Amino acid sequence: MSAIAIHTEHLTRRFGAVTAVDDLSLDVPAGTIHGFLGPNGCGKSTTIRMLCGLLRPTAGSARVLDVDVQSDPEALKRRIGYMTQKFSLYDDLSVLENLTFMAEVHSLPRATRQQRIMRQLTRFGLARRTAQLAGTLSGGQRQRLALAAVSLHAPDLLFLDEPTSAVDPQSRREFWDFLFELVDEGHTILVTTHFMDEAERCHGLTILDHGRLVASGEPRALLEALPATVLEVSSPVARRVHDLLAADPAVIDMAQLGTRLHVLVRPDVPAAEQHVSARLLEAAVEAQVRQVSPNLEDVFVMATRGS
Amino acid sequence: MARLTFTRIWAIGRKEFMHLRRDRLTGGMVAGIPLMLTLLFGYAINNDVRHLRAAVVDEASTSASRALVQDAVATQVLDVVASARSARELERMIATNVISVGIYIPPDFEQHRARRSPPYAQVFVDDSDPIVLSAVRGLTTLGATDGRGEQSMMALRPLYNPERRSVVFIVPGLCGVILTLTMVLFTAIAIVRERERGNLELLITTPISSLELMIGKIIPYVLIGYVQISLIMLLGVTLFDVPVRGSWWDFYAGAGIFVLSTLTLGLLISTAAQTQFQAFQMTFMSFLPQMLLSGFMFPFEGMPRPAQWLAELFPLTHFLRIVRGVVLRDASLVMMRDDIWPLAVIFLVLISLATLRFRKRLD
Ligand SMILES: Nc1ncnc2c1ncn2[C@@H]1O[C@H](COP(=O)(O)OP(=O)(O)OP(=O)(O)O)[C@@H](O)[C@H]1O
Ligand SMILES: [Mg+2]
Repeated sequence: MSAIAIHTEHLTRRFGAVTAVDDLSLDVPAGTIHGFLGPNGCGKSTTIRMLCGLLRPTAGSARVLDVDVQSDPEALKRRIGYMTQKFSLYDDLSVLENLTFMAEVHSLPRATRQQRIMRQLTRFGLARRTAQLAGTLSGGQRQRLALAAVSLHAPDLLFLDEPTSAVDPQSRREFWDFLFELVDEGHTILVTTHFMDEAERCHGLTILDHGRLVASGEPRALLEALPATVLEVSSPVARRVHDLLAADPAVIDMAQLGTRLHVLVRPDVPAAEQHVSARLLEAAVEAQVRQVSPNLEDVFVMATRGS
Repeated sequence: MARLTFTRIWAIGRKEFMHLRRDRLTGGMVAGIPLMLTLLFGYAINNDVRHLRAAVVDEASTSASRALVQDAVATQVLDVVASARSARELERMIATNVISVGIYIPPDFEQHRARRSPPYAQVFVDDSDPIVLSAVRGLTTLGATDGRGEQSMMALRPLYNPERRSVVFIVPGLCGVILTLTMVLFTAIAIVRERERGNLELLITTPISSLELMIGKIIPYVLIGYVQISLIMLLGVTLFDVPVRGSWWDFYAGAGIFVLSTLTLGLLISTAAQTQFQAFQMTFMSFLPQMLLSGFMFPFEGMPRPAQWLAELFPLTHFLRIVRGVVLRDASLVMMRDDIWPLAVIFLVLISLATLRFRKRLD
């Protein structure tokens, strides 16, 4: 296998007047976890569907696992797994029946079928629910079942569309441990998420906005390249601080966390900390200001702000 | 084309069975529709009107008049449930809905017979009910039975082709009509349902091929089709004394080809419909012309030529001929080959169309 699992050039998809994916050129190295971030409707699912050969690109091309998706999507389908955003296994089939069905559809050899299914059941904490109908599982259990099903045939490449949106923090941790296990075995994973802690765990990130690639790279590199200074302002009257700073052209964005404010200041403002302190002092507002290191949410906000 | 894998076809077929088992409504349809329609057509929508409540006034009281009454009762069209003494009383009993038919034999009955100048007797009818009227109209054409080969007495003469109207003729045809409805319905929703519930997006990302999916979707319903025709014929033979003159093997073999052709019609609908509701609509659109033009409702020969040509395209038309031939006339399948091969062609064309139409894509 080449070192590049996914390679797209000017990939574009329009739905009527809407351009869901706009001129996306992207490389995902094999054996990594790649994260797709972006606001709702930015084209994450549409991109994945094109990469799986389910949607035809309006323009551009994609090579996935060295296969031209346009010309030979069926060759690809043996080697990928796609966990859809919406639960797409059968509600009226039990956990075990769903897994058996997927194993048969992928023609797993009869000898290893049972053993693989058992391994997935234990791995995803579903061993005691084999007879339960999928439709009666809780949201998080359903997602674990879906992941068990799409990774059952050990695909070279896994597409996971918001796989953990309903999963509790502890299970999410185990889930990611499993993803890293897969990567260790040589699989490649493309995952969409709205969780920044998950984004941080990825080897590489792509941030989309309105179908366009607005930032990409390793999480650390993205943090370092953040075009803003990040301050934290603590104040008993945080709301008032918020209103004051909102009027300041040097401030790009703010988020309140209880009595603290997370403040992004334009990078061209020299001595941002002093600038903000002075502004608050003028207004006679009691507050402590200090510079902190940026997080991925800051990167996300900065990248998707320009719209 | 990729090689067909039995495992994958089996996976789809077994899954369909599990859906059926868990879906009470659809599962109920398997036995419910044949049961309901066979009983309905067999008993209720029976054109032979029977057991009308009747009263008789016999003022002649001769052996011939008594024979007339007895023959009338023997047809089972009438049940004598009340007694009356005069024609006037008969009229009153009809008016008060005690009876719906009254037979009045006047004192000069024998004189009329001797002069051979009918009518010898009168039949009073509650003609506010057109069905009763038409049934009893037969009674007004009575002659006397005197052993000289006259028109037999009290035989209710059906207004239309008597064979077509009898339950014996209807039940084998019902096999075709019921299967046309249920088989198409089952497979019409088979793929649309996956689309509507979001299962399709996962399914089309697996290596399953269109043809494997189509075959897998058909298999369970072939069995169900056999269950249904067996049920219909069981009811027909036990309740309605339908004679099966031909061989059961021929019957089941012919039914098998028919079932396959209707199932693939459903599949084709399923690849065209976007929602289950649309699939229902299309199913009924395909069902109605088949019901009307196949020769089940109206005699095939009586239809205009273009309608006959159109009807030749319907699986039901051919199956009706096959089943009537085999069941009622002891024909063999070889004799029915002119209707077998069209079914085979319909099956092959439809499954090819459905397979080609089904794209493993979302757009
Ligand atoms: N089949 C379709 N027809 C028309 N428009 C579509 C279709 N599929 C997607 N879109 C539009 O394309 C855009 C991108 O949708 P997409 O589902 O890819 O977003 P997303 O990034 O996955 O969003 P989310 O985070 O909410 O899942 C949206 O504006 C959506 O409305
Ligand atoms: Mg999405």
